[in-house]
Amino acid sequence: MADLAPVILLIEDEPEMRRFLRAALGTESVQLVEAATAREGLAQAAGRKPDLVLLDLGLPDGDGIDVTRRIREWSGVPIIVISARGQESDKVAALDAGADDYLTKPFGVPELLARMRVALRHAARLASGKDEPIFVSGDLRVDLGRRQVLVGEKEVHLTPLEYKLLTAMIRHAGKVLTHRHLLKEVWGANTADQRHYLRVYMTQLRHKVEKDPTRPRLLLTEPGVGYRLQVS
Amino acid sequence: MALSSRPRPEDLLEKIRAEEARAAKGLLKIFFGANPGVGKTFAMLEEARAKRAEGVDICVGLVETHGRPETAALLSGLEQLPRRTVEHRGVTLTEFDLDAALARRPTIVLVDELAHTNAPGSRHERRFQDVEDLLAAGISVWTTLNVQHLESLNDVVAQITGVQVRETVPDAFFDDADEVELADLTPDDLLRRLQQGKVYLAEQAELARDRFFRKGNLIALRELALRRVAERVDAQMRGYMRDHGIREIWPAGERLLVCVGANPAAARLVRAGRRVAATLRCDWIVVHVETPGTALRESDREALVETLRLAEEFGAQTVTVTGHNVAEEILSYAAANNVTRILVGKPTHSLWRDKLFGSSLDRLIRGSGDVDVYVITGDAGEGEPRVRRVAARRSMPWAEYGFTLLIVGLATALGWLVFRRLSVTDVAMIYLLGAMVVASRCGRGPSVFGALLSIALFDFLFVPPFYTLEVADLSYLLTFGTMLAVALLISGFTLRIRQQAELARERERRTAALYGLSRDLGNTRSRDEVVKAARQHLEDSFGCMVQVLAPGPDGRLGALEPIARVPVLDEKELGVADWAYRRAEMAGAGTATLPGANALHLPLTGASGAVGVMVVASPDIERFQEPSQRHLLEAFAGQVGVALERVTLAERTQQARLEVEAERLRTALLSSLSHDLRTPLSVITGAASSLRERGDQLAPETRRELLESVLEQAQRMNRLIGNLLNMIRVETGTLQVQKEWQSLEDPIGVALIRLGDRMAQHPVKVNLAPDLPLVPFDAVLLEQVFINLLENAAKYTPPGTEVEIAAEPAPGAVVVSVMDRGPGLPPGEQDRIFEKFYRAPEVLPTGGVGLGLTICRGIITTHGGRMWAENRPDGGAIFRFTLPIAGRPPADLPLEEAESLR
Repeated sequence: MADLAPVILLIEDEPEMRRFLRAALGTESVQLVEAATAREGLAQAAGRKPDLVLLDLGLPDGDGIDVTRRIREWSGVPIIVISARGQESDKVAALDAGADDYLTKPFGVPELLARMRVALRHAARLASGKDEPIFVSGDLRVDLGRRQVLVGEKEVHLTPLEYKLLTAMIRHAGKVLTHRHLLKEVWGANTADQRHYLRVYMTQLRHKVEKDPTRPRLLLTEPGVGYRLQVS
Repeated sequence: MALSSRPRPEDLLEKIRAEEARAAKGLLKIFFGANPGVGKTFAMLEEARAKRAEGVDICVGLVETHGRPETAALLSGLEQLPRRTVEHRGVTLTEFDLDAALARRPTIVLVDELAHTNAPGSRHERRFQDVEDLLAAGISVWTTLNVQHLESLNDVVAQITGVQVRETVPDAFFDDADEVELADLTPDDLLRRLQQGKVYLAEQAELARDRFFRKGNLIALRELALRRVAERVDAQMRGYMRDHGIREIWPAGERLLVCVGANPAAARLVRAGRRVAATLRCDWIVVHVETPGTALRESDREALVETLRLAEEFGAQTVTVTGHNVAEEILSYAAANNVTRILVGKPTHSLWRDKLFGSSLDRLIRGSGDVDVYVITGDAGEGEPRVRRVAARRSMPWAEYGFTLLIVGLATALGWLVFRRLSVTDVAMIYLLGAMVVASRCGRGPSVFGALLSIALFDFLFVPPFYTLEVADLSYLLTFGTMLAVALLISGFTLRIRQQAELARERERRTAALYGLSRDLGNTRSRDEVVKAARQHLEDSFGCMVQVLAPGPDGRLGALEPIARVPVLDEKELGVADWAYRRAEMAGAGTATLPGANALHLPLTGASGAVGVMVVASPDIERFQEPSQRHLLEAFAGQVGVALERVTLAERTQQARLEVEAERLRTALLSSLSHDLRTPLSVITGAASSLRERGDQLAPETRRELLESVLEQAQRMNRLIGNLLNMIRVETGTLQVQKEWQSLEDPIGVALIRLGDRMAQHPVKVNLAPDLPLVPFDAVLLEQVFINLLENAAKYTPPGTEVEIAAEPAPGAVVVSVMDRGPGLPPGEQDRIFEKFYRAPEVLPTGGVGLGLTICRGIITTHGGRMWAENRPDGGAIFRFTLPIAGRPPADLPLEEAESLR
């Protein structure tokens, strides 16, 4: 992310958290714009056209979910939501409102940087309009052009729905995907409440793709929120 | 020798109670008179003006001026409440507005004509019920009443004047009034006033005027009124004597039993009974003997209900006993209840019946022994109601006639066979046997029919001249007569036995129903269960639908879960229920209060008063007017009330216990917090400060070590806070479980990843049964369970030992085990380890707060499962829990074509 020094907008009301993030991102070549309230954040988002938004869910003057929704009205900028553990339903709501990813407090700097990298890369790929024909992560290699799935050297056979689920995960690799999002993408619009479909197919997929399905390394569960495809 | 002695404590207590009740209630003052026109309203208004002049908040609820200028003039200065208008059959009536009076809340309200009957659709049938409500609300009431409206004097007045007054007021009302003021006028003065047109008469009274306002009548009525007031003064005198400990000769333990039948005239007997009881100042009981196998006529049944209700209004205890022999039942009841006097009506039936069957009255008098028996005049019932006989088994008369034909046919066939060889007497014997068989099995009709048929066939076939109904030898007539008599006798006996059996069965059913209810209620632990048991038994025993209402935290009545569809509790029914609850009296359909309601409302009373209301709906709600049914229903309500009170008290105790527990938790939490949060904090502070101050001088490895410990301790604090938060959620019951159908693999995988390095020293084996079904659970919470259990295993077992997670299906659940190879659990502590702040005796320095397992158990319990611990036979500990599989997954998965990808 060194080429153009992306603009990062941090909307966070706690001065300590801002100080910490300022220090953590100081070594990276990014331009950090800070906002302490939802209103200021929205103004900065419109004015500075950031490449990425780090948004705290608990703001004094408004709901982070609302901020997400407002930004999404006119911008596709990647949004990473920061929240405390135990607010799973807020996270899901923010993700369903259009946020790209989330971080649970407390988190480490490497984790933050990794999420930012994924989000920026994803946005760049969307902008260029090009999809990588081949996805590789760990032992998994998927050739999207030839519809071929390899684990190590071995080809695995997936049912059409399993494959559809896998490709949906690949399209957003590295990002968390809510149950609702995946159901809509794989099964269609009216299945948002049928989460057990998703769970059953995810289990099947893990048994075919993961080395140890009880300890998945690729298809990760984000408890209470959804799933994430690990990128290596 | 009127001796002063100390009043009995119970009397004093009674008096204090009465005074307390009176303090809360309004005072009732009655302006009492012998007949219309004596100036009751006038006296009342004059006094009201005087009161108002004293500054008392007094207003007029309703006073009829009857167009008389003097009354109107008195009324003019007083505040008058608006009246309520009621449309009834096209006529607009104005009525006293109870709600307006309750809302206005004056100190005293004037309500004329206590005996008035309200227009249909009013809250109460009668005005005195309105007055009761006012008094209960703490509003004092002044009202007027004529002597002929007093219930107990009703028929005496009717005898004197020949006018039957329908609007009567219970005597208790008069007796309990706080003040009675007599408005008196001599008959001559009254007649003069009448002639001058100063007395207003209602239209219907106009007709009776000549009969009513005869001088003789007026004198008699005046005497009645004066006597009634004198009686009251006498009672007051006695009360005074009791209060002040003045001894008197008390009638020793008199008790009167009044026997009533099911006829309209029985009410007279009850009134007479009241007078006797009042004179003797004794308890009295009104008894009705029900004879089994007899069904009362509808009108008689109503009369009986009315009679018993009247008796209860007069303060008598009413009892219905069942038995064949009226006299015997009465005497045994009297003996069992220390009755000293029995009051019965003179028999009305003809003498021959007594000669034939014996007289109940005769038997009663002969068997009465020490008990005095009073027989009073007239058309009163003597205990035996007019009845129509019902066959005990009316359901299958045709089957019985068929059976009769079959038996007679068989007898004829058998007779035909033996007739050749044996004599005609033997054939008669066979027919007799047949008649006996029929009589012992069937009702009277088929028995007589069988006997007659047998006689006819016997005569036709076997008695010379053959094949005619003529009889040559007259001695056969004796045979015929015997057959008929035998049939009648046996069928009579059979009928009686069957009736007794039926009666016993009925009693048995009632007892069984009550016993069943009390047994089921005894097992209830929650309000839900009480409601369910009550509903179940009322439906089984009465076929009616029930709601149970109890006051909520705001004091308003609300239906208890589970709520049934019927009876519907709309605003109106809730109002009735509220009345029944506050007054602890029955109300609604089939009662005198708010009879327009759809359902019957029974107060549920426990030892400490009303605890709720049972609302009963049934297509034939009227049958609860019948005393036996009503008493049974009341017995049910009593049981339910006691049970409801019991579980409510138990819930309260439980609540108090929980509060104590919560208090204990808070204390323990505080002490533990101060220790467990400060330890990591001091590490972090120490490490961070030394890095800031001397960072440059430290060796790189030391710096790294310090930074590691900061991170480690911060994570430890994070986990601790997470556990504390979960603990609070479990404890306060705010733990939100979002169950979804999923596989157990998921939370185990997530837990293992989140634990990361903490399990580095312990290889974890996951062993899930291949046929493990989907289970409904909350993934986030279950993940916490696995993390806590695995962390515990890591903490308490030596490095390098294996930890195994296993899950297998069980009936209706999945059993999950987390097994380690550590030292196992201290013996006897298997359950204590789940207690809050429990720590193993040899607690390690890294030990947590001791909440992990408590939270696990809390989470599993909230899921409806169970968690326990045991030791492995070959060393180590097992933590096991069950997750129930309730219901089915929401829908089957859509089938996917078996075809796999290329």
